[in-house]
Amino acid sequence: MAAMSSGYAATPSNEEIWQLLQEMKQQLEDVKQQNQNLKTENQSLKQQVDETQLKAQEASDTAEALAIATEEAVKSAAASESKTSIGGYGELHYNNLQNQGTGKDKDEIDFHRFVLFFNHEFNDRLRLFSELELEHSISGDGQNGEVELEQAYIQYDLSAHHRVNAGLFLMPIGLINETHEPNTFYGVERNNVEKNIIPTTWWEGGVMFSGEVAEGFSYDVAMTSGLNTSLSNNYAVRNGREKVSEADASDFAYTGRLKWTAIPGIEVATSLQYQEDVTQGQDPEAGSAVFWEVHTAIQKGPYGLRALYATWHLDGDGPADVGADKQTGWYVEPSYKLTDSVGLFTRYSLWDNQAGNSSDSEVRSWDMGVNWWLDPQVVVKFDYQDQDAEDKDDEFDGFNIGLGYQF
Amino acid sequence: MINIKAQKKYLHRLLSTFIVLSFLAITGNVLARGVYQTNNDFLKEVFDGQIPSSHVVWMKGDVRDQVEDILGHPYTGLRVRYWGGEDRNAWILEEIGKEEPITFGIVVKQNKIEQIKVLAYRESRGWEVKYPAFTQQFHNAGLKDKKLDTHIDGITGATLSVWAMTDVARMALYLHEFTNRQN
Repeated sequence: MAAMSSGYAATPSNEEIWQLLQEMKQQLEDVKQQNQNLKTENQSLKQQVDETQLKAQEASDTAEALAIATEEAVKSAAASESKTSIGGYGELHYNNLQNQGTGKDKDEIDFHRFVLFFNHEFNDRLRLFSELELEHSISGDGQNGEVELEQAYIQYDLSAHHRVNAGLFLMPIGLINETHEPNTFYGVERNNVEKNIIPTTWWEGGVMFSGEVAEGFSYDVAMTSGLNTSLSNNYAVRNGREKVSEADASDFAYTGRLKWTAIPGIEVATSLQYQEDVTQGQDPEAGSAVFWEVHTAIQKGPYGLRALYATWHLDGDGPADVGADKQTGWYVEPSYKLTDSVGLFTRYSLWDNQAGNSSDSEVRSWDMGVNWWLDPQVVVKFDYQDQDAEDKDDEFDGFNIGLGYQF
Repeated sequence: MINIKAQKKYLHRLLSTFIVLSFLAITGNVLARGVYQTNNDFLKEVFDGQIPSSHVVWMKGDVRDQVEDILGHPYTGLRVRYWGGEDRNAWILEEIGKEEPITFGIVVKQNKIEQIKVLAYRESRGWEVKYPAFTQQFHNAGLKDKKLDTHIDGITGATLSVWAMTDVARMALYLHEFTNRQN
């Protein structure tokens, strides 16, 4: 009976089953509700994630746009500024030279050149180049130095390979005349052949066409103001430079240059010039002149070689009488770079501004020395020179020290 | 009576004026300048006509320091754009030679220069750097201690342009390496 009673107790009644079903139904409803809640939450979260992603993308786009705008603004400002550029170079020299005749020794320190470049690009095809120089630190009445305008010309691109320069420009002659920043050549002072024969630094006013006719083959053709020499200085061409300063323009000069640079590290060039009258019509005993120059510059690995020959022929009895009808010079300069920053050189040069007469008026010079580039654009130089001349007053022996820079 | 010398002189000037005018007439109508190739044409040439999408390297932190060390002066841009993938990419970079900016196109493949070209040149002298005889010296050059592992023979009178080209080649090689490290 007790067992039966127990069995009944274990078997739910219909009411209990109903109750259980109701509870289960309620639980199911709860689960469904929870599921619905979760779905809603999930939907909300997904929406939030999407919104976050969208915001992140927008932020990224904004940052990118801001960066681009900033960069463009910076570049635009830089481009605007870069329409005008400034550069320059300078060189300080110490000379300790003994005159071998009765002349005065040269024991001096001199800030030889302080130069500023000012350039401006007017548009894609038209630009200005200029070079203003202060020589020997101070200029003015009774001072050693002078302020000089060495370049001021407008360059116009006729095409990708041809351009025209008009104004005051350096003559397309020699190695030093156009490229004379101190870190680009050996020796404290510019070499005497180019100084006395070419005569560098030489600029004139006029018009010049330049361009390339083939790969590595370029030309320059110029019509410019001419020299103005005189008997008082034995028709020396260096004294004939008028520097485009209220210069007598009665007679012009015509210059042409061909340059070959097709092989890296090698340049070969030649220049020819015709002067209508090197005294600007002032001396009936003088007249036209022809100048010819040829040079090479080689730099292969550590080995370098520069060689140049230049000669003048001046017409007329006046120059012939003092031997200045022929003015000529040449030099050979081998060099070797011990490292990227140290180079050694030696140079043998010979020049004569009165080579047309029988007297021995030439000057010969051995130079040797070292360049030490503290930076590719800053150089310290030392050289020793041993000159030989018939007239010992023209002969200076000793050493030079220099400091130069370019920027 | 007209002096014969004066006659010769004026004949020279007339002849010169005629030559000048003829020259202008012949060359003056040619549309071009110191731009030898546009950036787009360069990229089309490099990628067989299909310019790929570009990427940027942001110039910040160590990258900026390294680039400025290579160039030897501050870099004004915020980023440098390049085209192509990790293995081979093209860069268009500008650097000042003596006074004016020169535009270079550089292709780097597997850490070596595949080609370098002058796209625009604005300096007064030294345009010889654009010739293939000069630029091919950079072919296959790599970077060692941030310097080129190949000797480059210079050009007389164009020293600063040569340095500018060397610097952008080093910069492109460094950035190529950097992008590979990033990926």
